[in-house]
Amino acid sequence: MAALLEIQEIVKSFDGVRALNGCTLQVSEGTITGLVGPNGAGKTTLFNLVTGFLKPTAGRIFFRGERIDGLPPHLIFRKGVVRTFQVPRELKGMTVLENLMLVPQGQVGESLWAPWFIPYLVRRQERRIRDRALEVLGFVDLHRLRNELAGNLSSGQKKLLELARTLMCDPQLILLDEPGAGVNPTLMKRLVSSIEELCYERGITFFIIEHDMDLVTRLCNPVIVCCQGEKIAEGLPDEIKADERVLEAYLGGQYR
Amino acid sequence: MTVLEARDVVSGYGEVEILHGVSIAVEEDEIVTIIGPNGAGKSTLMKTIFGLLPLRRGKVFFAGEDVTGLPPQAMVGKGMCYVPQSDNVFPTLSIQENLEMGAFIRRDDYRGRMHEIYELFPDLAEKRGMRSGGLSGGQRQMLALARALMLEPRVLLLDEPSASLAPNMVELVFAKIQEINRSGVAMVMVEQNARHALALSHRGYVLAMGQNRLEGSGPGLLNNEEVGRLYLGG
Repeated sequence: MAALLEIQEIVKSFDGVRALNGCTLQVSEGTITGLVGPNGAGKTTLFNLVTGFLKPTAGRIFFRGERIDGLPPHLIFRKGVVRTFQVPRELKGMTVLENLMLVPQGQVGESLWAPWFIPYLVRRQERRIRDRALEVLGFVDLHRLRNELAGNLSSGQKKLLELARTLMCDPQLILLDEPGAGVNPTLMKRLVSSIEELCYERGITFFIIEHDMDLVTRLCNPVIVCCQGEKIAEGLPDEIKADERVLEAYLGGQYR
Repeated sequence: MTVLEARDVVSGYGEVEILHGVSIAVEEDEIVTIIGPNGAGKSTLMKTIFGLLPLRRGKVFFAGEDVTGLPPQAMVGKGMCYVPQSDNVFPTLSIQENLEMGAFIRRDDYRGRMHEIYELFPDLAEKRGMRSGGLSGGQRQMLALARALMLEPRVLLLDEPSASLAPNMVELVFAKIQEINRSGVAMVMVEQNARHALALSHRGYVLAMGQNRLEGSGPGLLNNEEVGRLYLGG
């Protein structure tokens, strides 16, 4: 399998503290790759570097063989790399549906004259986007809240809205930062099958930070383990769970 | 003795009513877990009980005393503390200073208490001079718990204490919660990690759509078929 995302010797320092310390890893196309590690291992920092929210101190990042480190977030987004945030960032004063309808880039209605001279085009496109948004809302079980202000959602529902947002464009790589935290287990189980469907049928690659090992075991292959800014292991979930260093640094006694 | 009781609580945000009459009761020495689907109103219930959100209808009793509508600072004075899910420490202050802030309203000598807390959380004692913004997620959660304990509360409200924590840290936080409970503090937690939380709880409540749906012992709910199917992921 080809490497869709390739991270080489990446270093990120914050005021002398090295959050990432020469981390090298790959995400292969068509996989659901898990990223686990103790709190403070540099996982979210890695996501921030891949999506352009931070610039690396050293090292290189390639997406489809093209170097993307240092590009601004919106250009990386246009290449098909989208993400969610650990702490959701919804537009609080807009409805759930509006939050999703904003995602597609370059909508006809954004230009000053289009609504006046080609209103039918604007309407047609808006209808298409709305239909898409409603479909996505059904997917994450937020359909009945479509007209609710996003700021009124519970924290778990905001996580779902984050996930929904990533599906509104045509992503090639989706980075999910703790999709399971605060989401009810039953709903999460359904989301697992949705993610699998998106990956195996629509060919979207996933790179997922998650602490819920049941979820990681069910969903991810391979799993990469980071600790103190470096990769310490990679393999199938069961291999990871048997790795002495991973048990020591991350999983703890209950998995022994 | 019932240390905390919420009776037919109605509350919400702006025009939206989230809780349509929820009741819970917590006995002294109990760990009570509240579970339910996303948007059931679990966090809203905690915030309303603690006085962070206005109560529209219903009553809250603390150790038999009617405390309905009291603001958070008054609740803290009565012996109820609340640990929010995130942003629950002062990141620019050191660990020691965070604990001192926890004792802000105490007029007596709290050094003995500080010593006890450091004994309960030896990791924090080691790093007492360190800025808490540099702590890992698990350590930060420990500090938030420790800070709440500075007031020697009778009831602790915990909003998702295990969220975003590594598995070894989840284990540690739950172990501490049990230890704190055994020292005589009643606990009410909201948790998505329902299996783990119910397993160590004396009792649990299931909320759905802003209403009470079920209640029972922790193990009882864990083995309840409907709860398993609807809320624990089968």
